[in-house]
Amino acid sequence: MSDTHALQSYVLRLADNALILGQQVSAWCGHAPALEEDIAFANTALDLIGQATLWLTYASELDAQGRSADDLAFLRDERQFSNILLVEQPNGDFGKSLMRQFIFDAAHFPYLQGLSHSNDARISEIATKSVKEVAYHLERSSDLIIRLGGGTKDSHNYMQRALNDLWRFSSEIFMPDALELSMTEQGIAPDLANIETKFTRHIHMVFERAGLTLPESSYMHNGGKIGIHSENMGPLLAEMQYLQRSFPGVQW
Amino acid sequence: MNKREWPLWEVFIRGAHGLAHRHVGSLHAPDAEMAMKNARDVYTRRNEGLSIWVVPAQAITASTPSDKGLMFEPANSKVYRHPTFFKIPDEIGSM
Repeated sequence: MSDTHALQSYVLRLADNALILGQQVSAWCGHAPALEEDIAFANTALDLIGQATLWLTYASELDAQGRSADDLAFLRDERQFSNILLVEQPNGDFGKSLMRQFIFDAAHFPYLQGLSHSNDARISEIATKSVKEVAYHLERSSDLIIRLGGGTKDSHNYMQRALNDLWRFSSEIFMPDALELSMTEQGIAPDLANIETKFTRHIHMVFERAGLTLPESSYMHNGGKIGIHSENMGPLLAEMQYLQRSFPGVQW
Repeated sequence: MNKREWPLWEVFIRGAHGLAHRHVGSLHAPDAEMAMKNARDVYTRRNEGLSIWVVPAQAITASTPSDKGLMFEPANSKVYRHPTFFKIPDEIGSM
């Protein structure tokens, strides 16, 4: 793998996490339980899609085949997407989508803080711009987890169920493979162990205040980073890519 | 499931230094902290503000429309109450 190709593969991981989660969260637009929440969640989706655009633009500049950012988003197949499994998990009920958001935000924020010190100038620039948005995402999702976890019996049950369901996808982002180890060694990617420490401290604080308990099983799934996805990924991409697949090159 | 509405809040935003907070609209939220977050999401996505106030709508005492005559009409015929007869130098800007 050439250096440029390796760098592009790494940037695509960052892009795909933001793109797939942005796509999923945008499905709540018009359906969230309260008007204010609807707007807030749609704003989060827009932020993520904006960040995905920045990462994809950089990835397209590194592309040996000269593919555009849009080509990378809409014309890659499932096995070529390298997002973590967490972000492709189905929306489920609002509690589940919020829990998915919180777990991702809690990792995304320290991750971007780390990337803002990357010695790749473009990565550092994009991370510095994105980290402000994500700081707010994390503040908002943390607050909602605490409120709903400690809310009514109903809301507590929804959040605990969501946590039980999603926790097994929470560590994949911190499991480095050869590509990420090499990126960290070159000072391009941050040290994942350090980010995991910050993540763990934050989620423990939030779950304690929310009265939520971590599931007993600590088995963690992975595979997304190398393109091995769960069953939700196919339908998700079919919906996201439908227009470009049916009408190649269409613009509006 | 309990479908009770959250209380109503009025939102005021100050757009620039030196200007007053202006009423921009209202929203629902369970408490002040959420009202502030919601105000940020609903009203300041386009770089509108430097500062936000949220006020429980309940805390506002409003004049009643039927009192309009007694409250405001006596001033109608008294143009001299407006400081429109002074020339304001251009350098002063907006007052």
